[in-house]
Amino acid sequence: MHAPDGFLTAGTALATGALSVASVGAAGRAAAAELKDRQIPLAGVAAAFIFAGQMFNFPVAAGTTGHLIGGALAAILLGPSLGTLVVAIVVVVQALVFADGGLTALGYNVLNMAVVPAFGGYALYTLFRRLFPRSAAGVVGATALAAGLSVVLSAAAFSIQWLFGAAAPVPFDTVFGAMVGVHLLIGIGEAIITALAVSAVLSARPDLVYGARDLDRTQLQDRTRVSTRVFVIGGVAVALLMAAVVSQFAVDNPDGLERVAEDEGFIDTAEEHALGGSVFADYATSGVGNESLSLAIAGISGTVLTLAVGLGMLGALRATGSSGRSNAPDAAVG
Amino acid sequence: MSAVHDELYLPRRSPVHALAPEAKIVASFGFVAMVAITPRRAVWAFAVYATVVVVGYLVAKLGPVVMLRRMSVALPFMTAAAFVPFVAGGPTVEVAGVALATEGLWGSWNIVAKAGIGAATSGLLASTTPIPDIIRGLGRLGVPATITAIITFMFRYLEVIVGEMGRMRVAMTSRGHDPRWLWQAKPIASAAGALFIRSYERGERVHAAMLARGFTGRMPEMGRRRASASDWAAAIGVVVTAAAVAATSILGAR
Amino acid sequence: MTTDHPTIPALDVAGLAYTYPNGHEVLQGIDLRVEPGERLAVLGPNGAGKTTFILHLNGIIERQTGAISVAGLALADDTLAEIRRRVGMVFQDADDQLFMPTVREDVAFGPANLGLDRDEQTVRVAMALQAVGATHLLDRAPHHLSGGEKRRVAVAGVLAMEPELLVLDEPTSGLDPAGRRELLDLLASLDLTQLVVTHDLPFAYELCPRSIIVSDGRIVADGPTRELLAQPELLAAHRLELPLGFHVD
Repeated sequence: MHAPDGFLTAGTALATGALSVASVGAAGRAAAAELKDRQIPLAGVAAAFIFAGQMFNFPVAAGTTGHLIGGALAAILLGPSLGTLVVAIVVVVQALVFADGGLTALGYNVLNMAVVPAFGGYALYTLFRRLFPRSAAGVVGATALAAGLSVVLSAAAFSIQWLFGAAAPVPFDTVFGAMVGVHLLIGIGEAIITALAVSAVLSARPDLVYGARDLDRTQLQDRTRVSTRVFVIGGVAVALLMAAVVSQFAVDNPDGLERVAEDEGFIDTAEEHALGGSVFADYATSGVGNESLSLAIAGISGTVLTLAVGLGMLGALRATGSSGRSNAPDAAVG
Repeated sequence: MSAVHDELYLPRRSPVHALAPEAKIVASFGFVAMVAITPRRAVWAFAVYATVVVVGYLVAKLGPVVMLRRMSVALPFMTAAAFVPFVAGGPTVEVAGVALATEGLWGSWNIVAKAGIGAATSGLLASTTPIPDIIRGLGRLGVPATITAIITFMFRYLEVIVGEMGRMRVAMTSRGHDPRWLWQAKPIASAAGALFIRSYERGERVHAAMLARGFTGRMPEMGRRRASASDWAAAIGVVVTAAAVAATSILGAR
Repeated sequence: MTTDHPTIPALDVAGLAYTYPNGHEVLQGIDLRVEPGERLAVLGPNGAGKTTFILHLNGIIERQTGAISVAGLALADDTLAEIRRRVGMVFQDADDQLFMPTVREDVAFGPANLGLDRDEQTVRVAMALQAVGATHLLDRAPHHLSGGEKRRVAVAGVLAMEPELLVLDEPTSGLDPAGRRELLDLLASLDLTQLVVTHDLPFAYELCPRSIIVSDGRIVADGPTRELLAQPELLAAHRLELPLGFHVD
């Protein structure tokens, strides 16, 4: 997802650039304060690890392979500040040294591939930690979900930027649907690999997992097994839920597209767009006059709705797991 | 710090190679920024930009094949953009018997032109500037010394880590592990975790080695040759030319 | 610190003790005095505390109990920078130590931290590389050097700071026989006090007239290397053994 130059408008490039500089700058200062003279060597090798990790293929299906984005992994292992800084550095270096990603696209590339997955991933992680039991298994479970969703967040962020600054007349709903849909699948791989990797670090050197620093020795021993199969089932369930929401946007009404294209933009007069029986069908006339804004609201509501459903599901998981045994397979599909 | 295998640098004795890195970085950013703000319908402007880039590659003794290779990085996006005229709505135009949306065509052109020229420009920067120079250039442009030091260390240890990764893979394959499906990925993910631990521990040892030689948190001054006035003149010349083209095209579009 | 010796010792350690956070007492009272120009081998089994001990000498591990002084200067928070100049430490894995992109920049790192300007740095770098016979490696990248070359450049990096005491941790590990020989010759040629932690007993025998055996956090033997290595029971008691066919004469 290293977008090239010209993919989004100049205004979007500048705005996302300013956001990126501000957030990465803040992350850098926080990391420097925490690490002091250890910052340079640790961040350097961590960046090398993430860079190498992104080059590294993991099997997906029938021999095809996927690549990690690594934002959530970096944040959970290194902490949100150092993690964001490190992944941002990797993205910038890729553009300057490997010509991967446009120079003027750095604003949104850093935002979407570093700031959002790392900070957003970590935020999701802390959220899920509250719901899972306070144990090593809980850490790994929260990691899986956070990592998987961080990828989706990244896609959603890009789609929202497309809403405001697209360089081609492909409507928001198409982009959102396609991007988020594809990234749901990519997210499953990211979730599993990230969770297993964190699990491996947790068993050998738990002190190196920033996100688990609150666990004491007994809690770390609590590796009530949550099998890989459970993650896959859980992940697919979350994906299906999100797909159900996303598909509302992916239903393309040819009239809507035509109108958008004719007007050379997304600002439209308040007109009705039929989206086949979904809850958001009347978004354009729901009292919000500006179509872009209402689309954005719908998008955000969709995400929140999914998270709420997901959280509810996880709450159920936790309740069944509180006896110390994980009955996850039943709860996950329910 | 060479031989990071995907490195784009191609050594030549050319004026572009000899330019100070900070000047080249400024020229690249400035030029691409001007390209990015140029209205898509000013096709003549893009022809000018493309010419400048091609000339750049020629002066750098790199040639068109290298340029095309550098542009291939943007290929997936350019390919995706190529589909837009087929799916977009609005008035259409007949091309070889197929109706293509005019808006879609312009949108497609917009992305293809800017992505292509952008990739070619970044490619020229990377092909004419070795990594340590790019880092030094960034430092001289105001990027904090801590950040440039982190990038330096990243490159120093990248090959070491990739080497360790390779050895782990060989060890796994030697014991018959050849995964094809996601749920077989556990050993690979565990290896990634182990690699993280080793990398982190190496970071701690490097830190100790730095302390042992007097490091207190700030990288010491180890200065080098600075950009000359002529370097800056060349860089600014390129950006100003592009700016003039961009301005003309913007004004012309009104 | 005893007062019956007229010279200032290169290294004076008194009552050094250290306990890990998990409660393991890794150093249990180390007393050691090394005279200027002495070459001392530090022998002992893995886990004896040898590395923990040497990391105290330049303050990388913060002292808990005991006193250390280097060439008369006591190790304390405000003398740390100078102590780190006086104690030149060569680490076991040269890749941890050669962290700059080129040999030139790496060897200059120490002098630069000492506040020397560029010209002075250049002089120090040239002198240090010449001392280790690595002048031809000046602009090379560390990643492409052989084990022996990396080791020599690491030594140069430390020599460039003009130390009083050279401390080496397992310097022969990973070296081929020729590399080992080159390192031995190099160290023997240096007019510096040296502390060499090593498992390579023949190396210790050739280079260091004096040896100590550290075991379970204590010094259990201290004497001429020849005498220590001639006692198989002493060696065996601390997991040490001479190579097959090697005899101490």
